[in-house]
Order: sequence, then C-alpha cells, then structure tokens
Amino acid sequence: MKKQPFALHYHLMLLPGIALLILFSIVPMFGITIAFQNFKPGLGFWRSEWVGLDNFRYLFELPDSRTIFFNTIYIAVLKILAGLGVPVFFALLLNEVRSVLFKRSVQTIVYLPHFLSWVILAGIISDLLSMDGLMNQILGWLGIEPIMFLGSNQWFPGIIVVSDVWKEFGFGTIVYLAALTGINPALYEAAAIDGASRLQQLRYITLPSLKPTIILLATLSLGNVLNAGFDQIFNLYNPLVYDSGDIIDTYVYRAGLLQVQYGLATAVGLLKSVISFVLIILSYVMASKFANYRIF
Amino acid sequence: MVRNISFMSRTADVMIIAILVISSLLCIFPIWYTIAVSFSDKSAVAGGMVSLWPVDFTLSSYKKILQEQAFFTAFGVSLKRVFLGGIINFVVCAMMAYPLSRTPKQFRPRNVYMWFIVFTMLFSGGLIPWFVTIKSYGLLDTIWALVLPSAVPVFNVILLVNYFRSIPKDMDEAGMMDGAGPWYMLLKIYLPLSVPVLATITLFSIVGHWNSFFDGLILMNKQEHYPLQTYIQQLVVQINTDNMTTEELRQMAQLSNKTLNAAKIVISMLPILVVYPFLQRFFIHGIMLGSVKE
Repeated sequence: MKKQPFALHYHLMLLPGIALLILFSIVPMFGITIAFQNFKPGLGFWRSEWVGLDNFRYLFELPDSRTIFFNTIYIAVLKILAGLGVPVFFALLLNEVRSVLFKRSVQTIVYLPHFLSWVILAGIISDLLSMDGLMNQILGWLGIEPIMFLGSNQWFPGIIVVSDVWKEFGFGTIVYLAALTGINPALYEAAAIDGASRLQQLRYITLPSLKPTIILLATLSLGNVLNAGFDQIFNLYNPLVYDSGDIIDTYVYRAGLLQVQYGLATAVGLLKSVISFVLIILSYVMASKFANYRIF
Repeated sequence: MVRNISFMSRTADVMIIAILVISSLLCIFPIWYTIAVSFSDKSAVAGGMVSLWPVDFTLSSYKKILQEQAFFTAFGVSLKRVFLGGIINFVVCAMMAYPLSRTPKQFRPRNVYMWFIVFTMLFSGGLIPWFVTIKSYGLLDTIWALVLPSAVPVFNVILLVNYFRSIPKDMDEAGMMDGAGPWYMLLKIYLPLSVPVLATITLFSIVGHWNSFFDGLILMNKQEHYPLQTYIQQLVVQINTDNMTTEELRQMAQLSNKTLNAAKIVISMLPILVVYPFLQRFFIHGIMLGSVKE
C-alpha cells in the first residue's frame, strides 16, 4: 500500500476537536458509575459507596416514574406527528405560490421563531396566556371565564405541542421545499397537457415525489421518542402541572441538582441515554435500508 | 369548461394566499405584541388595553433598564460567550471537517474518527455526570464552562464534511500538482469555496451560544456570571410558584412588571432580529446541501 503523505497533518488537524470531545463527552460517560452508587459529592467517584442496582430498583417503585415516562413519550409522539404533518402541508401551499417576493417574505417570517430561545418565547407565551393576558381578554369578550392555561393539567400538553409546532413548522418546511424544487417540471407540463387538474397533479405527481422525504424524516424522528423538549417545558411549567408536563429531563434536573439525589437522577438519565441510543441506531439502520440515507 | 377550471384555480390561489398570510401573521404576532407592550404605559398594559399598537407610547421601560447594572453585565457575558464560542466552534469545525472529508484511501483512519465523533453525538452520560465532570475540572463560574463543553459542534462538522466532499476532486488534484499541502488546501481552496455552508454553521453556532440558558443556570453560581438568557430566565420565566394558590398566582401576575420584562425580552431578541435577515439566504442553501443528498 502507498504511503499516505499527509496523514500526520490530518491527525494534527483532528487533535484539538478529538481532545475536547474526550474531555467533555467521553469522560462524563464514565460518570454513569454514579447510577450504581450512593454518590456523595464530597467523596467523589472512587470513595462513594457501591449499591449495585438499588437506584434502578427504587426508580421502578416510584409512582412518579410511570408518570414521567408516560408524559415524555406522549408529548414527544404528539410533537413528532404534528411536526411531520404541518410542514408538509405548509410546503405544499407555499409551492403553489408563483410570486417569488411573496414566497420569500412568508419564508423569512415563518423561519424566525426557530431562532429565538425558549426562554424568550416562554416569556412571551406565559404573558399571552396568563390570567390577565391577551388570550383571556379575548375569551372575556366572548363571555368565557378566564382559564389558567399554564396551571391546568388539561391544557398544558396541548399548549406544549402547539407552541412547539408554532416555533418549528416554518423551519421544518425547508427540507420539503428542497424536495419540491427537485421535481422535474416536465412532469407537470405533461400532466397539464393531458388535462390533469391542480388537485390531480398534487395527487399523482407532487405527493409521490415527496413520499421518500416524508418516510425518511419519519424514520429518523423515531430516535427522538424520549426527547420531549427540555428547554421548552422547563421554561413553561410549574408545580401545578407536574402531573401532565413533567418529563424525564426535567425530572432528572429536579431530582439530581435540586434535591441532590445524584444516584437516582443518573440512573434515570442512563436509562434514557441507553434507550435513546438504541432507538437512534435503529432509526438510522431503517433510514439507510428504506430511504438509502447515510449520515456521511 | 376552460373558464371553469381557471375560476376554480383562482379561488384556490386566493385561499392558499389567505392561509399563508394568516400563518405568517400568527408567527409574528406574539413577537409584535411583546414589542408593543414594551413601549406602552404600565397601567395601560395592566388594564388590558394593549393589543397591536403601543398605548400611551413611552420609553420608560427602556430607561429603567439603562439603570440596571445586572442586565448589562449579563449582556456582556453573552457577547463574550458568543465571540469566544463562535471562534472556537469555527476553527475546530473547519480543522476537523477537512481530514474527515478525505477518502479512506487518502487517510486510512478517517472512518475510525468519524464513528468516534458520531458516537459522542448519539450517546451521553447524562446531566449529572456531565455536571460532576465540569465541576471536577474547576470550570464552574468561569466563561470556559460556557464555551468549552460545546466546543465541537458535531452536527456542524458533518454538514461541512458533506459539503467538502461535494467539491470536485479535480480541485484537489490540481492543488496537489502545484505542491499545496493540506493546510494550504484547507485555507486557500476549501474554505473560500464553502462560504454558504460556513455562514450557515456560523449562524447556528452563534445563535446556539446566544440562546442557551441552562448551562449558565447550573454552572454559574454567581449572578454576575449569568449570560443574558439565564438572567432573563431567572427574572421573567422562573417565578417560584411552589405551594402557591391560584389566588396568589393571580396577584403575583398583577404585581410583576410586564412592560419592563417585555423590554428586556425585546432587547435580548434584538441581535438575532438584526443578524437573521442577512444570513437567511445562506442557511436555506446550506442546510439543503448538508442534509439532503443523493
């Protein structure tokens, strides 16, 4: 085999990034030993007492854990479904517009919320939905009693899903628009000559061309079933809605960092990491098999 | 018949445009409303008179912010973080993407490195081990705790690798013929050819640094080290509602200074609102090239 003349330079180029990844991604992975310990921050990894699977046993006995796992999956699945459907619909509408200026203005506006943080958006949303906020004023004009939206277990999951769609649907359309521009215009011309209506063109040309992209994104979203969105929920929830809004990540934060139950919180986190990892691998395998997708 | 089709078609057009306009307005309205509140008089806001336009226009909220030292300290921390973090992300990303864009034939260990970085993206130790590790490095309460743990934006590296690989091989061969080494190739050929993608990943990394609040919350113990989003989060969003009755919550909502909070939110959105339109034309292009490929 021929000698690779630049290999040393390539290793050098990779060195800083790899070193940082080892320090801040790989080293923390060894910290999962905390899940099997009665970890005392003062004693550290090495001197804390080993307790085997006690943390996991305790976790499965907790009445809370059923709730947080259910909430996590419930909210995440709703988000995934809405997050797949709305952008497709929106991209199809946008694709029908002929004025480039109009199209671009709409895009600029709907992409914007994606770039704002959940801290800012939660500030805005909780103001709009507060007891004396704009939403309740409008309801008041209609003669409806004010609703404590963010303090009600009935409303909370819905608000989480809708506000997530509101923030992300514009950005989600980018990929579908790309797929739409990739369709051969000759197909439409031929269809028009054959007398196909716009609806028929949509049904027989546009949707079939989008199908691979939709399947691909649906498959890849499988890996996100345990990610219901920490930043969003953390900034919008309060103790009144723990029953419907507490998810794995928010629970780990409270149990671990606020109540200093390091062992328990790490066990919960480890369970989540392992299941997520398996799901992501599974979704990539499926994506590469069915949609011929590769990460690199 | 022909007229009938075009009539149907025109109705469809009108409906489509109506839906698009309404959804755009829905997207922008909450932001617009907050801006209106920030310029309104306090009592007008409390009385529920503000909806689309400021009532009793006043700059008093903004004047009040000028007197708040903590706000500017936090703003400064965020600027410093975006600047340092942005540069580190950029340099690390470019240096990693070039060797990883070589074929295994040109650079044998390429795939080993690739799987390694993908693994770090897919699996993590979780929050507590991450926190304990950073604490053990002694980084708490320093700017490095906000910058270094996210120094390698793996997703951006992959975007850039994919882009580099789409650059024609002839470029490479021509460069090698003329005796260019890898550093020269990266700096003088690959980077200048990748401006749209570089703009995209830079936007992502800057926005990411500007928007994150959580690391500030758990890694900084003193308020003067908080970045802006953490400061806002503590002030506006996180009200300690433990054991509060509905009535108490209602009273608190009335007491909180909505116009001042709105003004703070507006100022913290401002940098993104300003930068975003300029980078927008790049990122659509950049994302498409990096994510969807044949």
